[in-house]
Amino acid sequence: MLKVKDLYAKIEDKEILRGINLEVKAGEIHAIMGPNGSGKSTLASVLAGREDYEITKGSVEFLGSDLLEMAPEVRAREGLFLAFQYPVEIPGVTTTNFLKTALNQIREYRGESPLDAVSFLKHIKDKMNLVEMNQSLLNRSLNEGFSGGEKKRNEIFQMAVLEPTLAILDETDSGLDIDALKIVANGVNKLRSSENATIVVTHYQRLLDYIIPDYVHVLYNGRIVKSGDKTLAVELENKGYDWIKEEVGSIA
Amino acid sequence: MSKDNQILEEFTSSEYKYGFETKIESDSAPKGLNEDIIRFISTKKNEPEWLLEWRLKAFRHWQNMTEPKWPNVKYPNVNFQDIIYYSAPKQKKKFDSLNEVDPELLETFKRLGISLEEQKRLTGVAVDAVMDSVSVATTFKEKLGELGIIFCSFSEAVREHPELVKKYIGSVVPVADNFYAALNSAVFSDGSFCYIPKGVRCPMELSTYFRINAANTGQFERTLIIAEEGSYVSYLEGCTAPMRDENQLHAAVVEIFAHKNAEVKYSTVQNWYPGNKEGKGGIYNFVTKRGMCFGDNSKISWTQVETGSAVTWKYPSCILKGDNSVGEFYSVAVTNNFQQADTGTKMTHIGKNTKSRIVSKGVSAGKSQNSYRGLVKVQKRAENARNFSQCDSLLMGDKCGAHTFPYIEIQNQSAKVEHEATTSKIGEDQIFYLNQRGIDTENAVALIVNGYCKEVLNQLPMEFAVEAQKLLALTLEGSVG
Repeated sequence: MLKVKDLYAKIEDKEILRGINLEVKAGEIHAIMGPNGSGKSTLASVLAGREDYEITKGSVEFLGSDLLEMAPEVRAREGLFLAFQYPVEIPGVTTTNFLKTALNQIREYRGESPLDAVSFLKHIKDKMNLVEMNQSLLNRSLNEGFSGGEKKRNEIFQMAVLEPTLAILDETDSGLDIDALKIVANGVNKLRSSENATIVVTHYQRLLDYIIPDYVHVLYNGRIVKSGDKTLAVELENKGYDWIKEEVGSIA
Repeated sequence: MSKDNQILEEFTSSEYKYGFETKIESDSAPKGLNEDIIRFISTKKNEPEWLLEWRLKAFRHWQNMTEPKWPNVKYPNVNFQDIIYYSAPKQKKKFDSLNEVDPELLETFKRLGISLEEQKRLTGVAVDAVMDSVSVATTFKEKLGELGIIFCSFSEAVREHPELVKKYIGSVVPVADNFYAALNSAVFSDGSFCYIPKGVRCPMELSTYFRINAANTGQFERTLIIAEEGSYVSYLEGCTAPMRDENQLHAAVVEIFAHKNAEVKYSTVQNWYPGNKEGKGGIYNFVTKRGMCFGDNSKISWTQVETGSAVTWKYPSCILKGDNSVGEFYSVAVTNNFQQADTGTKMTHIGKNTKSRIVSKGVSAGKSQNSYRGLVKVQKRAENARNFSQCDSLLMGDKCGAHTFPYIEIQNQSAKVEHEATTSKIGEDQIFYLNQRGIDTENAVALIVNGYCKEVLNQLPMEFAVEAQKLLALTLEGSVG
């Protein structure tokens, strides 16, 4: 469903992505790993449609359409979801209210009728159990005063409610203790189906013990330099990233 | 707004129309302001001698006053001799159907969720027979009458309840209080009068929502609300629909008098024409609003949503004279394009154990300037006074301004005064987050601004709150670039 071809992107005058090639099919989980500064979060942001980045070359096809042509909200309505590494706080806007607005805009785009408050609450009830979300968090302002773990769980909760076709998890495990990590991973696994796909961007192998990937790619200096299956992640954990850097050699 | 309120308002305004009977050749006064004009106005309205004298006293004060220049707003000098101070009630041009009305205006009504029936009333389209039914309105007026509640136009109150008007007019805002109050006292056209008798809780929200049919009352409106011991009333002023008026200067005066254990809640939604995108035209809204918490345990709350006018200059205030009295001020002031606002409140603590609460939310966009000006004054004998003030500014874009002028004057050591202020911008990150969830930028801004103003909007009666939310979104349209 996602075809990234030779993608180059820069921010201000710095080139970060230098020819990314990636193909993700329905039902698959891909992990993207790499050292700091390799471009992992940039890739996630570029796919989500962040304007700060300029695409200088390449193409991205999503469900048969040109993704780069779409505004970020359109990408979302088409079924793309990004679980942010640092979710922002929006005072005064409750999670419930915000999610209902989002879901209804997506439904409108798909030609479905909007959900009223009662139907919406019914819809999310099951999803709440998925990430052990409690009601009180939902009635508070979006992410305001949430702990790190609560923010990440909130991201997965939103994913559960919006039911995206392609979910990109940007370092969802950063800042989480082992229990929070398990809850998040459990949620992601439960949402997995043969119709959707997930890209997990992560630093550490640890998350991949719980979310088992079909493919692992290593990003270094803006390019995917190595791909393999889940055993590649274990190898990285044991050897570190220096091994990759040596294998690839430095690129100017 | 409920149909009941609309019909009530229509009835009370039209009764004033029918009561107008003086025969003078010309319908309008010539331009300019002098004692003759004031006599003309008073005669036209059939006023008693004491009220004419009161007006003249105000006028003489006004002549010795100069226009204040301290607010943080700029506008061309007003030529007071170039204004017509009295015009006969104009018949609004009657259209046969909404198809004849300016489509842009209709689009605005649609955005604000104003029903078709209400749209017709607002634009002067002939209204269906059902809406005009006098019998329904009569039942309503009877209901209020049974409780002893008086709610009518100011002019009618002068005729029917002169002793009440005479007792209270100027008791909260004296004629010489300030330049514009003096002017208003001299030439006020009409307004509302409300009296709630002892122990009565007014069962419905009193509203001046649809004052279109009332004669040119926008210009110098005078409102007086009296709440006797143990009474309660919630009063709504204004309209979310954009209001045009050929008179540019609006200088209203609102006085509220609350006796022991009484409570008055006064809510305003103001959307006067703000001028065009280049900052030309637009209403000047210079208002004096003040509440006197006269009796012990009395309470007055002001809630305002100001989105219109080219220049807004007003400080709804409370004088906390009675022991344990409470004053509240909740405000959302939005400015866009070239609008300017200098608004806030004055809380004067005089009695013992008095409390005041101020929550002000300013939103500036475009090239506008938005100022909060507040005074918390605790007088010498005000034991144990408590105040909490919070003034927040939200800036949208980098060409607008937000300013805060807090004044705190404490003359009693036992006072506890808290003041918090924040200034923020709508972050790109916040917008992007909402975009990524499928919400387009226009809706994202509306969501964020409404969240920001929530504490104030929650104070409004529910129907007003829903329309106010839509109004905020509409006012800020196109401000995120």
